Amino acid sequence: MSNAPAEALPTEEVDLSYANKVIDKYLTLPGNLMPVLQGIQDEYGFVPKPAIDLVAERLNVYPSQIYGVLTFYAQFHLKPRGRFIIRVCVGTACHVQGAERIVETFFEKLGIGHAETSPDLRYTFEKVACLGACGMAPLAMVNDDTFGKMTVQKVGEIITEYNQRPLK
Amino acid sequence: MGAQAEIKILICQGTGGISAGARKVESEFRKVLDEKGIQAVVGKRCDVINTGCRGLCANDVLVDIVDPELGRVTYDFVQPEEVAQIIDEHIVKRSPIEKRKAKPYYNTFVDSQMRIVMSGCGQIDPESLQAYLEEDGFKAIEKCVKEMKPADVIDEVKKSGLRGRGGGGFPTGMKWSFCAASQGKQKYLICNADEGDPGAFMDRSVLEGDPYCIIEGMMIAAYAIGCTKGYVYVRAEYPLAIDRLQKALDVCYQKNYLGHNIQGWGFDFDLIIKKGAGAFVCGEETALMASIEGERGMPRPRPPFPAVKGLWAKPTNINNVETFANVRHIINKGADWYGSLGTDTTKGTKIFAVTGKVKHTGLVEVPAGMTVRSVIYDVCGGIANNRKFKAVQAGGPSGGCIPSEVLDTPVDYDSLIKAGAMMGSGGLVVMDETTCMVDVARFFLTFTRDESCGKCVPCRIGLKVMLDILERITEGRGQAGDIETLLEMGSTIKKASLCGLGQTAPNPILSTIRYFRHEYEAHINDKRCPSNCCKELLLWQVVEDKCVKCGACFKACPSDAIVWEKGQIAYLDKEKCTKCKSCYDACRFMAIE
Ligand SMILES: Cc1cc2nc3c(=O)[nH]c(=O)nc-3n(C[C@H](O)[C@H](O)[C@H](O)COP(=O)(O)O)c2cc1C
Ligand code: SF4
Ligand code: SF4
Ligand code: SF4
Ligand code: FES
Repeated sequence: MSNAPAEALPTEEVDLSYANKVIDKYLTLPGNLMPVLQGIQDEYGFVPKPAIDLVAERLNVYPSQIYGVLTFYAQFHLKPRGRFIIRVCVGTACHVQGAERIVETFFEKLGIGHAETSPDLRYTFEKVACLGACGMAPLAMVNDDTFGKMTVQKVGEIITEYNQRPLK
Repeated sequence: MGAQAEIKILICQGTGGISAGARKVESEFRKVLDEKGIQAVVGKRCDVINTGCRGLCANDVLVDIVDPELGRVTYDFVQPEEVAQIIDEHIVKRSPIEKRKAKPYYNTFVDSQMRIVMSGCGQIDPESLQAYLEEDGFKAIEKCVKEMKPADVIDEVKKSGLRGRGGGGFPTGMKWSFCAASQGKQKYLICNADEGDPGAFMDRSVLEGDPYCIIEGMMIAAYAIGCTKGYVYVRAEYPLAIDRLQKALDVCYQKNYLGHNIQGWGFDFDLIIKKGAGAFVCGEETALMASIEGERGMPRPRPPFPAVKGLWAKPTNINNVETFANVRHIINKGADWYGSLGTDTTKGTKIFAVTGKVKHTGLVEVPAGMTVRSVIYDVCGGIANNRKFKAVQAGGPSGGCIPSEVLDTPVDYDSLIKAGAMMGSGGLVVMDETTCMVDVARFFLTFTRDESCGKCVPCRIGLKVMLDILERITEGRGQAGDIETLLEMGSTIKKASLCGLGQTAPNPILSTIRYFRHEYEAHINDKRCPSNCCKELLLWQVVEDKCVKCGACFKACPSDAIVWEKGQIAYLDKEKCTKCKSCYDACRFMAIE
């Protein structure tokens, strides 16, 4: 279960035309709430509050039900996320190979904890339960790039590398 | 020259392969083959084929070159820079590069398995319908609709003895017959590809490596049950699996292997993908159906069983990926053939994801009944780094630990349960003397506590209380009576929980207490972690008479906290040390504690 807190949400303007398009696509599909929310998250990187209101209205469901779904599943986010999403696998194989140490080193070097985003929106850090590539444990991912056989030293190298990347 | 390629270059492109750089290796192959105009040079067609995972991701990128005369040669750890040389010597000069070949253990790894479910994985292009058809693809469903009545199909599957591979091991044919017997025009078929079990990745590999075989397995089930609509529920953490499966679905629709009146056989079947959203409990079948309906994925009490009242309140049958992947082989080769494999109560093969402190981590498919020892030592090469075996955790968060005394347990449903573990989805996590069993129990409990949906009190509160106790113990604050409390609460939670998550969550604790009670006692009574794993209990020093002066710790330390020079015993500076444990893992002589 996600432990994303439902605290103050950013209120900036959101262009809802993308959200509308996603809703159009799934409007007639039974059980469309999840695919709609997944589609919206794909577009915006998180699920913005105005989009939730829009979904509630157009799919005719209570906002509370939508929040229920959003907070139940680990993959939904109610706040903007970093440019680089760092995921460290803490599945069994990775745990046995020392994943905890990798996680702690990231915490220390980035100054953020699990499910947190750095104030400059460069990084979001997440522990995840199994990325399904246990043969290369311990495993870290930055966006879609996988780093197998992680060590504490590699953590430093990864951060140095991504610190140099432009923030879009 | 025939249309068939005469030389095949198979490049492993499962998730493991791709993260090791398979796409770069592939484009390098294509580029060099083009530059050389290879067909003119060797007078043969030469095809680059991207395959799924072949199970040994730790050695990726794996490249097989299959040549009618030279046979099959495997290269491992292939880098793009080496491609030109491989093409030049192997394909042009026709002399395979001996010293680049995968070492003999690779053949041992492959030859000691029996690949039925994974027969296509790593061998064929998962995106090519043609490749699947050449492997007798869709022959089984054709046989079903043309020669068999639905009841015959169910009988055949019953006779084969196939049991569900999703963990519970329920007889598949029987499950199908329940749903077939249910009244109602609209029925649903679901493939459970949630694979939430940390440490298992066989469903992913089959989806990535041979998606058509899942589609065919589902078609057969749909025909047998009398259902026309199916879902594949895949976890969203598996983008490549989703992508490959979606491509296969699209092709099947184009070529009328799905949809209305398939191939003119008078049989309809529609299949779509539903993406999960990251909740382990959604693997439980009633929760999964709630999730497809767009709700929070919370289990509900049974009965009513899904076969009677499932998705959208209609009769529904749900099976695991690996279960469906077995079906076409049973139809093609017959129930008797299938029944001849495995043990009395567990037929066929089982795929295991062997990970942890083992030499060759990977996916292995073996006949049910092989011993755990054989899987670890014969197939996967034994324990890494010359360390001592301690235990193997089987069955994920629902399972338990098997110590060396019972290593000769055969891998089948019933024997594993007798040993205090479980087949589960087939994760085998190997642990050596550096793994602390109390910590392992704490790890699994952290997982199940996080993933509990919170519906029932024993699971929601009970697991939290047990976890608190375990945390205390690993931090050196254990108390007399803790073990008894854990045992008692464990058995209560098992009895009082609604779904399989709560019913099995205490297993890792119960089995580690059963076999490793002394480790719990050492933590509680002596404030000592015998495996030097629990941080708070570590002394952070070099044991001088164990140190062989190798310097591995010095190289591993990121904080310059190790003082070492060639020929000197290492010294650990506690002031500078950040307790990251890199040195401990690096030292092969257990000289740091
Ligand atoms: C908490 C929990 C998680 C589960 N996760 C999975 C899973 O990821 N994949 C799966 O196939 N079965 C999972 N199962 C088992 C399914 O509920 C179900 O028994 C299975 O999919 C049936 O398929 P089979 O008969 O082919 O084994 C899980 C069960 C529980 C209680
Ligand atoms: S046992 Fe746990 S996961 Fe299952 S329904 Fe109860 S609270 Fe939810
Ligand atoms: S625990 Fe980490 S920081 Fe401390 S000495 Fe070992 S490697 Fe260095
Ligand atoms: S790695 Fe172990 S044996 Fe080698 S120098 Fe360090 S403490 Fe000594
Ligand atoms: S992806 Fe290459 S062996 Fe798994």
